[in-house]
Amino acid sequence: MTTLQICIMIALAALATQITRWLPFLLFRSKTPAVVTYLGTVLPSAIWGMLVVYCFRNGPLAEGSNGMPEVLASIVTIALQAWKKNMAVTIAGGTLCYMALVQWLF
Amino acid sequence: MSVKLAAASARAAFRATVPILIGFGFCGFSYGLYMHSLGFEPIFPIVMTLTILAGSLEFIMASMITGPFAPLTAFLVGLLVNARHLFYGIAMLDRYRDTGAMKPFLIYGLIDETFSILGRGEVPEGADRRWYYFFVTLFNESYWVLSTAFGAVFGADLPLDTRGIEFVLPALFLAIFVSSWQQERQHVGSLAGLGITLCCLLAFGSTYFLLAAMTFIIVLLLLFRKKLSSITGTVS
Repeated sequence: MTTLQICIMIALAALATQITRWLPFLLFRSKTPAVVTYLGTVLPSAIWGMLVVYCFRNGPLAEGSNGMPEVLASIVTIALQAWKKNMAVTIAGGTLCYMALVQWLF
Repeated sequence: MSVKLAAASARAAFRATVPILIGFGFCGFSYGLYMHSLGFEPIFPIVMTLTILAGSLEFIMASMITGPFAPLTAFLVGLLVNARHLFYGIAMLDRYRDTGAMKPFLIYGLIDETFSILGRGEVPEGADRRWYYFFVTLFNESYWVLSTAFGAVFGADLPLDTRGIEFVLPALFLAIFVSSWQQERQHVGSLAGLGITLCCLLAFGSTYFLLAAMTFIIVLLLLFRKKLSSITGTVS
């Protein structure tokens, strides 16, 4: 591809992303309908569940992994969050645990 | 007074975004490194980060622009992968309503991680709500752009084994999921999101399941609106 073609593809991906961000604000400009307000309150917790599944949509993350590192690191991540309730500790701890597992053990 | 309030809000926003700084430090760095390994000058990941500003799509686009010219696919994949932002927008409609001149920037920068903080709805004591929104959005974007640039420019020179760094994304969402689980009085929403998406993944495969899952989640939440409104205490 030429640099221009690459730029066009990047621009279109950016445009699509911005459409997904602006659309609700453009559609419901004056007053938010009650049903949309309701969705706004109940949707987030469903979204987090959805995104957790989304992360593992292709099975194991690392090449050659049998899934064990993913399961173990997820358990560590969940336990850290439930215990410490500190996102920074949870994310760093879970990721470092996973890195150690795929680099040294599996 | 206003400057003081803005400064207090910036400090509160920084404290709230420290986990994102760590997560993005990892993730943006690996993205910059990845683009470098594909043979792109640092300007490409930096421009992509500023314009697309959506991590998962940036990774997807990185591999797409090494292939054939496919503008329509780029556009549709962008819509599909980021359709979840529609949910964020809906959740933030009323909170962003009175943000005035900041509003275009807040909407442009409403990424997963910013929503993960502002979507919880709490504003720290001593912070101004609108300045807090502004700084959380600004800080998160800066972390992502700067760490990407750092990875693209210096990544190849660092003697680091970064294998396994991709777990940062699941770790982030697991952390948010667990913390949201602990705060809610009933878990219908969390379980529905998890269960429906899993069923859709098994039924439709990893390319199309997200669209189906989002449709089913919305339909189900609408069908049980009366019931869920009464347990969550939502006025509807």
